[in-house]
Amino acid sequence: MAFHGLDYYGIDELLTEEERMIRDTVRDFVSSRVMPSIGKHFTAGTFPRELIPVIGEMGLLGSSLTGHGCAGTGPVAYGLICQELERGDSGLRSFASVQSSLVMYPIWAFGSDAQKDRYLPEMAAGRLIGCFGLTEPDFGSNPAGMLTTATRVDGGYRLNGTKRWITNGSIASVALVWAKLDGKVRGFLVPTTTPGFTARDIHGKWSLRASVTSELILEDCVVPEDAILPGVEGMRGPLSCLSQARFGICFGVVGAAMACYDEALSYAKDRVQFSRPIAGYQLVQRKLVDMVSEITKAQLLNLRLGRLKEAGTLRPPQVSLAKRNNVAMARDIARDARDILGANGVTDDYQCGRHMLNLESVYTYEGTHDVHTLVVGQDVTGLAAFDG
Amino acid sequence: MKILVPLKRVPDPELKTKIKDGAIDLSGASWVVNPFDEYAVETALRLLENGDAGTREGGEVVVVTIGPSEAAQQVRSALAMGADRAIRVDAEDKAIDALTVVAVLQAIVAEEKPDLILMGKQAVDGDANQVGQMLAGKLGLPQATFAASIELAEDKASVLVGREVDAGVEYKRIPLPGLVTVDLRIVSPTAVKNHVTPDAFAYGDGPRYASLKGIMAAKKKPLADKTLADYGVTASPVIAEKGVELPPARPPGQKVDDIPTLVQKLVEEAKAL
Repeated sequence: MAFHGLDYYGIDELLTEEERMIRDTVRDFVSSRVMPSIGKHFTAGTFPRELIPVIGEMGLLGSSLTGHGCAGTGPVAYGLICQELERGDSGLRSFASVQSSLVMYPIWAFGSDAQKDRYLPEMAAGRLIGCFGLTEPDFGSNPAGMLTTATRVDGGYRLNGTKRWITNGSIASVALVWAKLDGKVRGFLVPTTTPGFTARDIHGKWSLRASVTSELILEDCVVPEDAILPGVEGMRGPLSCLSQARFGICFGVVGAAMACYDEALSYAKDRVQFSRPIAGYQLVQRKLVDMVSEITKAQLLNLRLGRLKEAGTLRPPQVSLAKRNNVAMARDIARDARDILGANGVTDDYQCGRHMLNLESVYTYEGTHDVHTLVVGQDVTGLAAFDG
Repeated sequence: MKILVPLKRVPDPELKTKIKDGAIDLSGASWVVNPFDEYAVETALRLLENGDAGTREGGEVVVVTIGPSEAAQQVRSALAMGADRAIRVDAEDKAIDALTVVAVLQAIVAEEKPDLILMGKQAVDGDANQVGQMLAGKLGLPQATFAASIELAEDKASVLVGREVDAGVEYKRIPLPGLVTVDLRIVSPTAVKNHVTPDAFAYGDGPRYASLKGIMAAKKKPLADKTLADYGVTASPVIAEKGVELPPARPPGQKVDDIPTLVQKLVEEAKAL
């Protein structure tokens, strides 16, 4: 059965024809190529690598960048791509977010021409995968405290440190590693074949199982002069990448929420208990209506966010507010959907349980719910509730 | 080489059909390109390009639709896949039957003079399966229907079409210009050969997804808006829809306690044994 999404307020009319076509194309792709196998990948704990070439051919990687083989779509189209991918699985959207926003974007924004030529076309085609090494075992919400260092050596830099919770880590050919050089945070493009570089997968995850998550270990890992990103220094580098990626998450989780709503609605209409389908009972209707209400609000919020980004006036705390709101609403919807599906909701015959588990990670990564609360809190009060 | 692909928009066949007042209720329908026509667009592109290199030297794919202004959206999706330009002839879906469609296409073929007309074997809304055959007949062109494979000769003067028939696969060579209607298997990985794409190259199964670049390029491609009158055609359908109804609901199944009861019921009630 084809997926048609939820559009209770006719928000489609506010999209351009191009944005709708891009959304519908990715939606078709997810219905026919992702849905048949994603549940099996999640259960097995494997990433659907076979999809990468098609995703590359479609131009979904680095889609909002210009030149170097990238399509140059607007931000709303980029957001809608994330929404549709995450309707399939948060792991798939995470793959695309990391490749597009956390690796291709900084190369595009802060890289040398040689770095752009070397990496961007290959990454856009999906032939070269990247990962983003910022978080460390002891530095999550406080990345500026990182311990990874770079020191100058003859002809390059020596990197030492450990990065953790790195999406795409062991399938990447290049790692963008953030490290302190003379006390200042700098980005280094480290080919993963460099001696001293090791990626180890993190197993036993209850969430994002259809996604690769790794630990990166850098032991006297020497990279040449031209591995450093020349265009940025300090935390502005990684934070600007995260702002791009979070924008995609704001849209992405609406896809997961719509998938759960869709499943809960059709289940509730079919499942008969006592005298009628459970959709006919008031308590179930309230849950379904809450879902419609929250999804519709999030859709409008996203669209406005996208138009602000298009106009170049979007401020990072505005992204924080949407990330905080939308991920929490998606997580609640996934839980309510699971509830409506009863015992069936805890099996892998249905998707809401998978989304419910995935969204726990999304709630925490790319800035936890609480940290985004404090970012907006600081923005509106002028008082920082955290150090840094 | 110029290939003309007529395409029709149809209500999404994956959605449940709703019937109201003896007709199919299309008020909330979502529309898609008739799947077989989409396969024809895919076939046309494969015939002209080097699938391995992802390049195309010359050739032109022109798509045509006859439908209301909203049908421009389906035409755009063919342009996004890679067709070069489009013609939309304005008409209400209800006001045209197969003969009207054939009359319009006949006039367009006279104007465009394509080397090959490629179309779906049928539209999945009415399942009439007659436009291709009638059009070839009216134009006096050779035709090969239900193509499951197609090979463009090196001199581009003919096509060899494989058709799946009861006894196996029948191969038919027709000279160009000619008309070919396509069946499902035409979009399997190696069904289209053109002596440009290496023979060993395998496409993905099914029609391609439009790429983002294709979608963005589509809005700049020419789409000519025409009327029936531009082609000297008046919509005077000879076929009218008299009524539509759903098949009767099937009686629910029965559960039986043991095998003897099952056998008894099969013999006495179902009369299957």
